[in-house]
Amino acid sequence: MDAVLLQLLNGLDKGGAYALIALGLTLIFGTLGVVNFAHGALFMLGAFCAVSFQNLLTLSKRVKDESVTFFEAYKEIPYLEIWFGDTGTLLIDMAVPLSLILTVPIMLAIGYSMERGLIQRFYKRTHAEQILVTFGLAIVLQELVKANFGANPIPTPAPDLVSGSANVGSWFGLGDNVIYPWWRLIFFGFAGVVIAGVFAFLQLTTFGMVVRAGMADRETVGLLGIDIDRKFTIVFGLAAVVTGMAGVMYAPILPPDYHIGMDFLVLSFVVVVVGGMGSLGGAVAAGFLLGILQSFASMTEVKAIIPGIDQIVIYLIAVIVLLTRPRGLMGRRGVMEE
Amino acid sequence: MAQFPNKDHILVLGFAAVILLMPLWLQPFGAGYPDLLQKFAIFGLFAIGFNILFGMTGYLSFGHAAFIGIGSYTALWSFKLFSMNALLAIVFAMAVTGVFALLIGFIALRRSGIYFSILTLAFAQMCYNLAYSVLTPITNGETGLQLEQADPRIFDSAPVGDGLPLPDLFGMGLTGYNGFYFCAVVLIIGFYISVRLVRSPFGMMLKAVKSNQNRMKYTGLNTRPYLLSAFVISGIYAGLAGALMVVIDPLAGAERMQWTASGEVVLMTILGGAGTLLGPMIGAAVIKYCENIFSAFNQGVLNDIFGFLPDGIQGAWVSFAGLFVGSGWHLTLGVLFMLIVIFLPGGAMEGFQRLADWISARVGKATASKSKLNEQEGAE
Repeated sequence: MDAVLLQLLNGLDKGGAYALIALGLTLIFGTLGVVNFAHGALFMLGAFCAVSFQNLLTLSKRVKDESVTFFEAYKEIPYLEIWFGDTGTLLIDMAVPLSLILTVPIMLAIGYSMERGLIQRFYKRTHAEQILVTFGLAIVLQELVKANFGANPIPTPAPDLVSGSANVGSWFGLGDNVIYPWWRLIFFGFAGVVIAGVFAFLQLTTFGMVVRAGMADRETVGLLGIDIDRKFTIVFGLAAVVTGMAGVMYAPILPPDYHIGMDFLVLSFVVVVVGGMGSLGGAVAAGFLLGILQSFASMTEVKAIIPGIDQIVIYLIAVIVLLTRPRGLMGRRGVMEE
Repeated sequence: MAQFPNKDHILVLGFAAVILLMPLWLQPFGAGYPDLLQKFAIFGLFAIGFNILFGMTGYLSFGHAAFIGIGSYTALWSFKLFSMNALLAIVFAMAVTGVFALLIGFIALRRSGIYFSILTLAFAQMCYNLAYSVLTPITNGETGLQLEQADPRIFDSAPVGDGLPLPDLFGMGLTGYNGFYFCAVVLIIGFYISVRLVRSPFGMMLKAVKSNQNRMKYTGLNTRPYLLSAFVISGIYAGLAGALMVVIDPLAGAERMQWTASGEVVLMTILGGAGTLLGPMIGAAVIKYCENIFSAFNQGVLNDIFGFLPDGIQGAWVSFAGLFVGSGWHLTLGVLFMLIVIFLPGGAMEGFQRLADWISARVGKATASKSKLNEQEGAE
């Protein structure tokens, strides 16, 4: 029972990341009809926003180390600590969550310029060409990051305050065996909040209403005198922000390196296809579903029955879903069908 | 096809001459050594096979690297169990890959468009992940499958001396230029088959399916067998390429099955020109050439090249150019690829076509129409 709860938590956590990335991907696909293979790169850029912000906060001055007396020794002290003392240390410690503030405008700008600069030229091209050009873009972004930050994963620790583990078991009266890192719980909560926020934005605001109308019938909305292209550009920016924030918050869980985006891209495409192309709810549901299934498949008990299942479960589910329900779990009729 | 020296024969013979003489004419470009030439031939074969599926039917597979891997493992097992004969290994690899392609294609071709891409990707990822984990007894996991002295090799009577045996062709060693010529002959045969396929009624049917599948279905044609045949054929080409890799260097690792490897062959095909006969070969050669040349560059070489610039400018320029070479050559690839897709969707072959048009337009109107006609026929 403890193991099951633990795997459920693991699954929710992974599922949260899948769901956030897939949500962004579906937003782009549902609104613009563009298959974006550079989406994983957006996730990676988000994670590297956190890295850059951390680097920025820890800019250091080289000073003489007074504690060493028998030879000349130097140590690096971050400027923030020199200027603000303990407050500075606290700021550095909180680098990852604080970098969200920086990430939102940066990702918005990246998404906006990506759509205006490149993607909008590909609306009328075939899906194969969209895949190819965004794949090329993904390679370029990935290599730029590699050139700047090196090829190794960069540790971006969570704040000290939440670096420990929560005794989740005791919350449910299951004894002390189920403990789980605080940061992962926070990530799960964060994913929930962002997903709820996106849905609220689309369902409750006028802007969201226009976007939904545009998703259903772009031409008619355009004929009503609404500049739908402009709205869709903003949606692209929004999708980039959602994905980028997922990247930031996931950085303490998985230290980012330059190909983290490619790793997640394949998974998130599978998630989107399983959920149903163009269905936001489907993407979120499929994200959590696949995350949880993957976690359960990696339990030793399950692996003993079907060896290797943990490696292929996601793809297996994708194949089964695509063959039995061609539109995915919640896909609409007429999306991406010849 | 009736009379002998027709256009296709000339094309194939010309192709054969160019390929076989590569060691000579690539010498001045710094590419005239066997290692690289073998890569040209192997990846050219891979891309030509991929083009039979993608170029002719429009089905974009993102899982062809899996067939490379399956071909490699099969060939290596043939070396281990039966004989070091390369021909035997190749035949085995093609047969086994064909079976896998049949299975995967049968399922994946139930869907088209992006769903097809995702399904092939899913199968390839399954193969890759399994090769790394559960199938370790067959694939030797991360270490990669290698030959061993203790392998049975039941058809090889001669005992092995010290060290590991090498693949051969009825006693002829396949290292260095021998290996290249072996690959080149296989490549030329593969190219000839692909030309014949394109010109055949089967090829016409594939083109018809590509241009409008629904209309073909309305005429009462079941398109599935045609698509499946194309998928299996291109899978066998990939398996063959995988087997050749092992013939050249008897070591098979799972990393060649990763989906980025599938992406690479798509890049090659697009770069050269999807749907053209020569395009994929050109694309494969260009990418492999650039990979070798650019990744060999380093800071010192760059400093030599830009040494004539003033110091300040030289430093900045070298560090900028340094992004694109050495380990960063993928950046060059990405940029090149984006430019091609944006401005020249037909790839290098379309570029040649446009260049030829432009030249002929300048030469004069009378000769223009004729040479344009010739060029168009050549590009098909």
